[in-house]
Amino acid sequence: MIAALLAEKLDGRGKIFLIFLALLALLVPICNLLVPAGSAFHIGTGTVVLLGKWLCYAMLAVALDLVWGYCGILSLGHGAFFALGGYAMGMYLMRQIGTRGVYGHPVLPDFMVFLNWTELPVAWWGFQNPVYAMFMVLAVPGALAFVFGWFAFRSRVTGVYLSIITQALTYALLLAFFRNDMGFGGNNGLTDFKDIFGFNVQSAGTRMALFLASVAGLVIAFLIARFMVTSTFGKVLVAIRDAESRTRFLGYRVERFKLLVFVVSAMMAGVAGALYVPQVGIINPSEFSPINSIEAVVWVAMGGRGTLVGAALGAGIVNALKTTFTTGALAPYWLFVLGALFVLVTVALPAGILGAAESLIKRMRGSGSPARKPAE
Amino acid sequence: MNTPVVRALLYLDGVNVTFDGFRALRSLSLTVETGAMRAIIGPNGAGKTTMMDVITGKTKPDNGDVLFADGTVDLTRHDEASIAELGIGRKFQKPTVFESHTVADNVLLATAGPRGAFSSLWGARARVERERIDEALETVRLLAHRDRRAGELSHGQKQWLEIAMLLAQNPKLLLVDEPVAGMTDAETETTAELLREINRDHTVVVVEHDMSFVRALDCRVTCLHEGSVLAEGSIDTIASNERVIEVYLGR
Ligand SMILES: Nc1ncnc2c1ncn2[C@@H]1O[C@H](COP(=O)(O)OP(=O)(O)OP(=O)(O)O)[C@@H](O)[C@H]1O
Ligand SMILES: [Mg+2]
Repeated sequence: MIAALLAEKLDGRGKIFLIFLALLALLVPICNLLVPAGSAFHIGTGTVVLLGKWLCYAMLAVALDLVWGYCGILSLGHGAFFALGGYAMGMYLMRQIGTRGVYGHPVLPDFMVFLNWTELPVAWWGFQNPVYAMFMVLAVPGALAFVFGWFAFRSRVTGVYLSIITQALTYALLLAFFRNDMGFGGNNGLTDFKDIFGFNVQSAGTRMALFLASVAGLVIAFLIARFMVTSTFGKVLVAIRDAESRTRFLGYRVERFKLLVFVVSAMMAGVAGALYVPQVGIINPSEFSPINSIEAVVWVAMGGRGTLVGAALGAGIVNALKTTFTTGALAPYWLFVLGALFVLVTVALPAGILGAAESLIKRMRGSGSPARKPAE
Repeated sequence: MNTPVVRALLYLDGVNVTFDGFRALRSLSLTVETGAMRAIIGPNGAGKTTMMDVITGKTKPDNGDVLFADGTVDLTRHDEASIAELGIGRKFQKPTVFESHTVADNVLLATAGPRGAFSSLWGARARVERERIDEALETVRLLAHRDRRAGELSHGQKQWLEIAMLLAQNPKLLLVDEPVAGMTDAETETTAELLREINRDHTVVVVEHDMSFVRALDCRVTCLHEGSVLAEGSIDTIASNERVIEVYLGR
């Protein structure tokens, strides 16, 4: 039943993608935990964390591709939803510290004691409860996307104007979270986490569990996105992207479709952020900075928008390059490399890396077997 | 609002539309009976497309009555989606199809049925019978192209695809803006035939510049000029009307 549904909803590239993720989930734990440290096949915990981070970025890319690639909503503020999910997780982790903080206060996180606060702000209530915290990981980005989308889509803000206000949204949040009196740790953010669900966040086992959770998160996000885009709903999304007012004249309430996909996408981004925070060990306002959201757009464009798999691939490739170029002597050139790559890919490979790779394969196969019918 | 007693599918009275001080429609009045076919002609900028924009809710008139279904519905109070739901379909002047969808999917999206965001997630529309789509495509002779991307179609084929979408939508009133622009003579003839066939069970309003096409439609003609009706009557009365010849035909 489930297998049949999967077969129906997945195309070839989707299957390859899931097989790849399954292999990752199998091999990384083996190479990290079972293969001895001296071996060439050993993967260090640092690498596991790095891979886990990329998986979270890939999830953010899938979320962004859902709204941009399929519905034409170019959000330059998706980093905000990622960061909000991250903060919700961070608040849960802060409340788990308990008396182990520097000041040893049983309830208040260190930074609040430092600010001479005596009571826990209302926004923090309930975050010691993991179920509530995980609910907030979804609810906060979802609610913000709902309110934002409600006004923006109903008043028919589209195109560049919409992109600009999404960018303004994340910028406004950046400024707000910088403020100490907001109660989210100011520019230091939230850090020094100890436990997650009762396990030490630093231990190799927990790190591996978080890595596997990130793989699972990406798989689930991909399947949800795939389910949406292969349904009639997805066809309407593409119709909106191609000719929005035509879609309206056919009787579709465009704003509702946009709102639904935007909220789902924001929640996905929130979960990605929540998985990211315990792995990197910190969340601070810089996660809201506009450049983060723009980088996410670059991943999707480079991988191939409107393909989901391409978006995830783009996130992986760009971040692998970024890691190479931001460490050591090449560090000052990263932004130039990123800019050059972006221009190169958008000019030379408008369908992204995935699109280019697929048409290359098609052409090679086409020339290999003359029996195949010629391209139209 | 005191609704006048109206016995017509579409009733426009005293409709004014102003764009930045420019009066695109000046107290326009027009009545289209249920089941009728009506051709609208008039020089560029006469307000023909603007009139369709008003009827379909894209443009709100400054004032005037825009009533549907024997005066029971005030169209100015509805938005595009609910006007489509009420049974008014539209073909645009510039052919507008969903370029990245297949020809068949374009028709599928137009097919009458639930339009909700949630219901569409659960595949409610996926069950639309293939026959209904193919029937509409057959009518406009696009069946052979059903699996091609709509963006690959020629200009004329896109025009027909739009007509197929209208057929699938099955509205009470069809507004067809310049359906034969860019078509060969043979295609134009076929389109006239097609619209007459559609007119058997739908009310149709057609905007067109091609006079031989309008003649082939064989229906009542309204000539617009500077936002209001200049003349109305049979094609022969219109073609011999001095004012019409002066502002439009004689050019
Ligand atoms: N959104 C708009 N903003 C400003 N002016 C507009 C707008 N829409 C139409 N107009 C103007 O209103 C006038 C009527 O335009 P309309 O498109 O209705 O003409 P038309 O009769 O359809 O002409 P054509 O035969 O060229 O299609 C034109 O002068 C046009 O420039
Ligand atoms: Mg026009």
